[in-house]
Amino acid sequence: MTPGTRRAVGFALTSLTGLAAFIIIAMLAIILFNVVENGAGGVTWTFLSQPPSDGMMGGGIFPAIFGTAALTLLMTVAVMPVGVLTAVYLHEYAPPHSLFARIVRVAVVNLAGVPSIVFGLFGLGFFILFVGQGMDRALGHEEMYWAQPGILWASLTLAVLTLPVVIVSTEEALRAVPMDHRTASLALGATQSQTLGRVVLPGALPGILTGAVLAISRGAGEVAPILFTGAAYFLPDLPSHLNSQFMHLGYHTYVMATQSPDVEATRPLLYSTVLVLLLLTFALNLVAVIIRTRTRRKAAGAH
Amino acid sequence: MDRHAIMEQGLTQPLIAPALSPAARRRQLREKVIAGFITLMAFTGIAALILIIIFVAKEALALFTEPEARHEASLSKMFLAQDVAPGKPPFRWQPVSKIPKVSMIPLFVGTLKTTAVSMLVAVPLGVFGALFAAEFAPRRLRELLKPVIELLAGIPSVVLGFFALMVMSTVVKEALGFDRPLNAMVAGLGLALAIVPVIFTVSEDALTAVPRSYREASLALGATPWETAWKVVLPAAAPGILAACVLGFGRAIGETMIVLMASGNADVISWSLGDSARSLSATIAAEMGEVVVGSPHYSLLFFIGVQLFIFTFVLNLMASTWTKRVIRKLTGGAA
Repeated sequence: MTPGTRRAVGFALTSLTGLAAFIIIAMLAIILFNVVENGAGGVTWTFLSQPPSDGMMGGGIFPAIFGTAALTLLMTVAVMPVGVLTAVYLHEYAPPHSLFARIVRVAVVNLAGVPSIVFGLFGLGFFILFVGQGMDRALGHEEMYWAQPGILWASLTLAVLTLPVVIVSTEEALRAVPMDHRTASLALGATQSQTLGRVVLPGALPGILTGAVLAISRGAGEVAPILFTGAAYFLPDLPSHLNSQFMHLGYHTYVMATQSPDVEATRPLLYSTVLVLLLLTFALNLVAVIIRTRTRRKAAGAH
Repeated sequence: MDRHAIMEQGLTQPLIAPALSPAARRRQLREKVIAGFITLMAFTGIAALILIIIFVAKEALALFTEPEARHEASLSKMFLAQDVAPGKPPFRWQPVSKIPKVSMIPLFVGTLKTTAVSMLVAVPLGVFGALFAAEFAPRRLRELLKPVIELLAGIPSVVLGFFALMVMSTVVKEALGFDRPLNAMVAGLGLALAIVPVIFTVSEDALTAVPRSYREASLALGATPWETAWKVVLPAAAPGILAACVLGFGRAIGETMIVLMASGNADVISWSLGDSARSLSATIAAEMGEVVVGSPHYSLLFFIGVQLFIFTFVLNLMASTWTKRVIRKLTGGAA
């Protein structure tokens, strides 16, 4: 091959990889453009603050927004302490070359790969049928109280699903805290737990928050795990107890898109619901990205 | 004596520790309790994985222990061809008909068809995109690609399913002339949207782990940037890229909402991409809501869950082994 053809072939193939990158960017742009174009008109204050009416043909999606928020709030409360402390164990407390720590890591990696629908089965089999029935029997409920789908079981299922997200981001945050801070604190006579609580965790706080935000964004969008653990298509009331069923933006989207008697009539509402869901998850992701870049820059500056 | 000898002596002959004050002892105890509590918390991840296996398998176990379920859904009925009237398909998934038909073959075919389409689209896009980002892209463009991938990964799968159902189905139907709007092709393309970020991210990590010296050596020998990327960097990162594809494959098998919304969900066996397809995961999602707890059908759905769990578990294990291998190779056995 002459140098000329070599360069030409190289240029052509390099452009091919550039084309792949361009297609990826274009796909995202098309999805966003399509959803914004069709949905933006319908997102009004009434839409955000009113319950659905006219057999889902009109009104708003307030109960679905409320349900999604309540669900993810409960999930966050459940997952954060466990996830953060697991990461603290892995990075701060585990002895070097600890077999237990290695097993925990393998378990977390595999937990992250379990399909979300299997989490749904797990939520049904474990939380509702095993724990729920056990609680009903222990607390003497004659009728089903805990052994039925509800917001508590759905949020705990999502908590298990998002556990790896929290562990991985917290560990990254702990890694960014310089070793000097720990040794300085220990040298001043602080115990390991004092060092952890007053030096390491405050230093890692932005990264831990990133983990929380990523977990919320993931949890808010997942539908498969809540299909049979608590989501409902339409409810007259907002969830008021831990065993109440709830409406959910993602589930709402799914049912409206697949089971609507009149697709054309619900189309604008559907697009607006999707836009709200997308805005919610994107806003959360954006917050996570911003916090993370700032922490990384700070960590890079410290070394 | 030199310093080392003194230190060694200090280690082998420890001074007798002074008696601790009650306050110090309390503090030591508190430290132990806290350390114990944190270690206990670290069990949760393991416990979750084990409980998932136990409780999903437990509900499926009835298929093998209860006579009624064994009669209605034996392994041979699930996986072998059934004797049926001539002209009728030997493999059917109709668990709620008068004579339940529980063949899993249509579900396997449906899953395979949708995942195959998604891999054919997502692997070239993801790997080439990552190659571009790691080797050729100007810095600005690379910094644009990263958040784009993160946003794409952040789109909930129900939204991708919605997009496949409302937009892609009509486009694909008209472009390829299919009979029905919802088919394996549309579901596969929707799935591709979900797995491109996975393949891109893991591939790019593997490519950027290749040391600079490899590239500099190759360029110094007179190779063009493209030849360097194709013949040096890509082979060095190959196990990591394979891991990326396997991870994407696992994600595609388990992904539920996209296939449920866009595939049409009919239990037909055909290799045409224009036909409707029913996947393993979508079957669970579609039928679990109406099933009687404890019935053979219910156990069957959990049995599908067990199979999904095993498939993805094995794929993830393979992927993590390969990722570790590429890191070990490129860092010279340090990791």
